Amino acid sequence: MDSALIPKGVKRCSIGQFALWIAVVGAVLLWGVWAMLLCYFRGLNQTNMNNAYGFALWIWADLAVIALGGGAFFTGLLRYIFGKDELKHIINYAVLIGFICYSSALLILAIDVGQPLRAWFIFWHANVHSMLTEVAFCLTCYFGVLTIEYVPLVLENRQIDRLPFFHNLTHNMHGIMALFAATGAFLSFFHQGSLGGVSGVLYGRPFGFRTGLLVWPWTFFLYTWSAAACGPCFTLFITRITEMATCKKLVKDSVVELLAKIAGWMLLTYIVAKIIDTVYWAAVTAPAMGLTLMDFYSNNPGSAYGLWILIAEVGVCGVLPAVMLVAPGIRSNPSMRFIAVTLAVIGACLNRWVMVLQVQAVPVLPFEGWFGYMPSWQEIATTILPVAYGIILISLSYRYLPVFPQEQELNPIEGGK
Amino acid sequence: MDQQNGNTKKYGMVIDLDKCTGCGACMVACMAENNVPFREDDTDKLLSVSWMRVYRLGNGKPFPQVEECYLPRPCQQCEGHAGHSPCVSVCPATATDYDMRTGIVSQIPTRCFGCRYCMAACPYHVRQFNWWDPIWPDGMERMLNPNVSVRMRGVVEKCGFCFHRYQLATDKAYLDGRRELEEGEYQTACAQACPAGAILFGDLNNPTHAVHKIAQPDSTHGGRPRNPKAFRLLERLGTNPKVYYLSSKEWVRKAGDNQVQRTEQTPKA
Amino acid sequence: MFPFSFEWVWDMGHMVFMGGLWYALGILGMGLTFCIIKAVYDTVQGKGGDHGHGHH
Repeated sequence: MDSALIPKGVKRCSIGQFALWIAVVGAVLLWGVWAMLLCYFRGLNQTNMNNAYGFALWIWADLAVIALGGGAFFTGLLRYIFGKDELKHIINYAVLIGFICYSSALLILAIDVGQPLRAWFIFWHANVHSMLTEVAFCLTCYFGVLTIEYVPLVLENRQIDRLPFFHNLTHNMHGIMALFAATGAFLSFFHQGSLGGVSGVLYGRPFGFRTGLLVWPWTFFLYTWSAAACGPCFTLFITRITEMATCKKLVKDSVVELLAKIAGWMLLTYIVAKIIDTVYWAAVTAPAMGLTLMDFYSNNPGSAYGLWILIAEVGVCGVLPAVMLVAPGIRSNPSMRFIAVTLAVIGACLNRWVMVLQVQAVPVLPFEGWFGYMPSWQEIATTILPVAYGIILISLSYRYLPVFPQEQELNPIEGGK
Repeated sequence: MDQQNGNTKKYGMVIDLDKCTGCGACMVACMAENNVPFREDDTDKLLSVSWMRVYRLGNGKPFPQVEECYLPRPCQQCEGHAGHSPCVSVCPATATDYDMRTGIVSQIPTRCFGCRYCMAACPYHVRQFNWWDPIWPDGMERMLNPNVSVRMRGVVEKCGFCFHRYQLATDKAYLDGRRELEEGEYQTACAQACPAGAILFGDLNNPTHAVHKIAQPDSTHGGRPRNPKAFRLLERLGTNPKVYYLSSKEWVRKAGDNQVQRTEQTPKA
Repeated sequence: MFPFSFEWVWDMGHMVFMGGLWYALGILGMGLTFCIIKAVYDTVQGKGGDHGHGHH
């Protein structure tokens, strides 16, 4: 029925099967939309946030998806600026994943603010000293860049491409994509960094606060670095999941290995910097504010924030995947590689979790205790909403657009073109 | 700021914890004065709004050495370093400001769009969010203070040292042909309501004001009190608050800040 | 965001921040405009469509 829209030379499931799949994911999406509407019409009392937990699951989700969406800018930088030409076989997917991540972040932010109708104040009445202002501007601009990078892929749909104007537009956009990619990298550097700065500048919150360089706390640079390291890992992670779901090899191992190798070295250098930062913070920054390392990791209910979380983030999900991805023997093994990128993705998410949630859980006033928080179903549903949306957009893009240039070669169809 | 500069005020408070009985009159006066919303069931204090909150502190010792102390906590009006208070610089929409003329941290509810970054920044939990729209019991709308706008759902609010009273007092002084306010002309609702006289309010820069005489702020050390009985909450963070506390008890003074070598855990309020 | 909003100050912070923003927006805007105008021009010239394959 929709075969005229499907790229030539590749095989796709039947329209019925596809519709059923979209319906299932769509149901989850609708659940999220319902929760979103509740938040809009009834207000943020629908969440389990409170005056001690002004930032919670949503802000974590924002920080996490933006870090993981960093694969788009970094792969783009490698492909268009540093000339790693092989990455052209995965750049489309990196861009698509980035597009989903960034649109999700914007969506969640739009739900998260108490007065969504005033959200434009952040642009209009911008306070240039606020990290959140920098985040809002760069994030929105970079979403524009991702749209510019994603649009040519949409225009390459078999039917759209037949129209001369769109064909020419795609051709021209590809022609100056390096310019867009460079601008994207510039914007990404600042908004990834600003997200790190969000907690790094809070000198009233010793768990998050870091000293730094000029106006930027060390977390500014750490976040950019970790997004460049873990973003590509997420691209590889989702690529592998897509391969499993479609039962096809979509990207050649050489391409995957190259990206994994670069991500591995980025992760290794990042984690060394992170360890140095943690040691300096624990030994100098925090004690100067009257707190020891163990004040941040002990006496909390259920040991939700025990030392285990630091070991998990830096060790199990930091050093381990970095070493795995750097070692050629382990990296070349697809299963080990998948485990490594999965750990790296979890590591980035854990880092963002502690830098949002634990910052507020730690008691700062000596006569207060730890603050607990458990998200409400509305918060969870609105956080799953973008995941469902992402799956639908990936499904549609995979079905109708030439996302994976190597698919045809890797999966020849008998009698096909 | 320069203490000698007569035009620069630094309004602050001195709260004598030895006098505070924990009666809560300051909280009530504050809510009435500033049209602070409340709900029918306001038991969850993490969801309710109270610009002034009284904490109960204990020394954590068994009977008969057990001691308690009440600590009223308004906005600390942090000056930070040169007006860089923790909450002001983080606000993305310029909805809060540090007023260099009075030292008061303002909050503009109509500008706030509810991102709550300032709440994450404030270590004193002074900034609170309107999780609900305010609903006043029938007839109570007529009791609202016309000098303070009510806030809607989805915005952050906090104590502003009854800034509308400052405006009214300066207006009156202007009409009287004066440029300077008398000490008693501008007082916060909580300071006036305290039956024990535990809350003193005035200009910390003015050597004739009681708050200056008692706290003896050391401007060369970020306003640190010279009075050995005085302390500020979380002095070490460098927030440079303008609320000073007095206590004759060492454990109370220690409870105001974190100590790296903490020997005893202070129990939760 | 604009010099006519009342909190605007011509200080280093605003110049660096907003300078960077408008610079990036300018590049994106001009790049996109170039692509669209050139696509219109190319289309009028008869390039693209079913006859224009072969590039990459």
